[in-house]
Amino acid sequence: MSRVTKFAGRDPGPSARVAGFIAHLRDNGLRLGVAEADVAMSALAALNAIHPDDSRRALRAVCTGCKEEAARFDDLFDSYWMDMGRVRQKVVPTLKSPASDDVHSSRDAKGQDAGASGSVTAPDAGDGDADSDGTGKLIATQQRNLNRRDLRDLVRPEEIAAAEEVARRIGAALRDTGSRRRIAARKGDQLHFRKTIRHSLATGGEPLRLVRKKRPDRTRKIVALCDVSGSMSVYAQVFLAFLAGLMRADTAADAYLFHTRLVRITEALRDKDAMRAIGRMSLMADGFGGGSRIGPSLMRFADTYAKRFVDGRSVVMILSDGYDTADPLIIAQALSKLRKRGCKVIWLNPLKGWTDYAPVAAGMAAALPHLDAFKAANTLADLAALEQELAPL
Amino acid sequence: MTWTDLKTTLAGEGYVASDDLAVALHLALSLGRPLLLEGAAGVGKTEVARALAHARDTRLIRLQCYEGLDAAQAIYEWNYQRQLLTIRAAAEHGETGKAVEDRIFSRDFLLERPLLAAISQATPPVLLIDEIDRADEEFEAYLLEILSDFQVSIPELGTITATTRPIVILTSNGTRDLSDALRRRCLYTYVDYPDRATELAILKARSPEVEARLADQIVGFVQKLREEDLEKVPGIAEMLDFAAALMGLSIADLTADPAVLQSTLTTLLKTKSDQAQITPEIAGRIAGRAA
Repeated sequence: MSRVTKFAGRDPGPSARVAGFIAHLRDNGLRLGVAEADVAMSALAALNAIHPDDSRRALRAVCTGCKEEAARFDDLFDSYWMDMGRVRQKVVPTLKSPASDDVHSSRDAKGQDAGASGSVTAPDAGDGDADSDGTGKLIATQQRNLNRRDLRDLVRPEEIAAAEEVARRIGAALRDTGSRRRIAARKGDQLHFRKTIRHSLATGGEPLRLVRKKRPDRTRKIVALCDVSGSMSVYAQVFLAFLAGLMRADTAADAYLFHTRLVRITEALRDKDAMRAIGRMSLMADGFGGGSRIGPSLMRFADTYAKRFVDGRSVVMILSDGYDTADPLIIAQALSKLRKRGCKVIWLNPLKGWTDYAPVAAGMAAALPHLDAFKAANTLADLAALEQELAPL
Repeated sequence: MTWTDLKTTLAGEGYVASDDLAVALHLALSLGRPLLLEGAAGVGKTEVARALAHARDTRLIRLQCYEGLDAAQAIYEWNYQRQLLTIRAAAEHGETGKAVEDRIFSRDFLLERPLLAAISQATPPVLLIDEIDRADEEFEAYLLEILSDFQVSIPELGTITATTRPIVILTSNGTRDLSDALRRRCLYTYVDYPDRATELAILKARSPEVEARLADQIVGFVQKLREEDLEKVPGIAEMLDFAAALMGLSIADLTADPAVLQSTLTTLLKTKSDQAQITPEIAGRIAGRAA
């Protein structure tokens, strides 16, 4: 579905129209910079731009960057250039990009600016529906609805300090087993010929001092997604403390909350004052303790933030009980999409600690084949114990 | 030269390109931009580079990416053994350290790897960076640097600037997402399985000895087979193998003998479950529909 912005009849020339087209694509979520407009112009100049099909192919080669974009391109092209001869009468202001970035940042699903501007809590973020359905109707818990509750009541500073230590240890345990490259080292598995020969010049060509090289360890980046729906509110205390600790222990880590929507809380949790950080988070986590839409939240994550923040060195940690009100198939799709980015996916389920627990919840069952690890965690001590189990990943 | 000329030239080399691909290639040549080809395995991404190099009568320099590929294997490496021997020999002749150093860190002792080789050719070669999605992200970043500046810095020698700009073609099977920076720098084309007419043209170009009726059956069969729910969908190379197998067994009609048809399916179905799924009955039915 594309927003129709036809080029203006009074546009001064082809370059303005091409610029307008690039802006049109940008409005529709394609990531294009200024340079692309330039390339698009030279591409059109390089072939006979009178033929619409040639121009379409040329612009597709320049403006798209992946299969999905290439598939959408035809519609976008048609809606801009091929509106049955009708043209818009007013000149499209082409200098609108900074303004439109601000305006669209919270609703533009591409995650371009949404994270940075931190305005994702806009009530119409996502699909445009006010997501106020399903408050606490998920499972019959005895907990009262914590909607609008200040999370500072849940988390105490000393817990954050303890969680910080746990997060630091888990981060250390999740070291990558070594980079692919090698660096010079005193002890290593291979000879560093380059250095050895350099040094041998000093001793008349005799390689007296052998320099070795090894694979240095690389840290993994932890991306934590915490479910704060109604069914999880019993465990929220532990997990929120853990998230806060994680953010303070690891500067590369990334954290999100989700219930019916997904909120990035990394910026808020980086606040120097731990309690103020929790306070800021509770402002963002509007709808805390409500229903849960795990699949759509994960899908949104995979489609937006993951493209920027998740790579082959990331460990995505999902803290959730797997009770989903949406179609469990979406969870499986979202996770397999996420896995394609090369990351490890760990699911920490508080219910798994129960005796006789079986992952029968449809969402959990759908997720299982896509997980690198499925562990129990409902107290901070459990999380600390994970250190040993996560090390082999 | 227009893109239709390019398409004709490639067809002369036995490569039948789709219009989209021909336009993208034409733009890559005229704008001097790298071209990123993405698509499933076996749709002819690598082959297009080969055909292009052949058509333009230049060298094809290929860099096969794999996990752990690093600068020493992709750009350059010093010939350490030779350097060691030279140092030894120099010591016997009483050469001084400075002279030896200058000598062993000269171009003679440099082993060119594909990327360095590609920028130091007399005529612009075709540089094929194959399966870029298998390389690490760090390598992608390094590649970006070379693709934008076309120069390589070697601490001992200084900067080597490109004598000619290679025609760069990158291929990806889409096993992981490439970085946006790389995508932005490249022109992009998604290469899909060819349609029936294109595939028939490919078969005609590659195996002209196959009779028209059989060729029609083969292509129809493979096209229908791709619609089945297979683990590994047969590509163009598999289709050509299949045709060669049928020719070798001198079969003139696919529907004639189900047993022989089943035995030639080994050229198309490459996993156990796929072979189990396409039973002789199913194969016969597909062949019947395709005919």
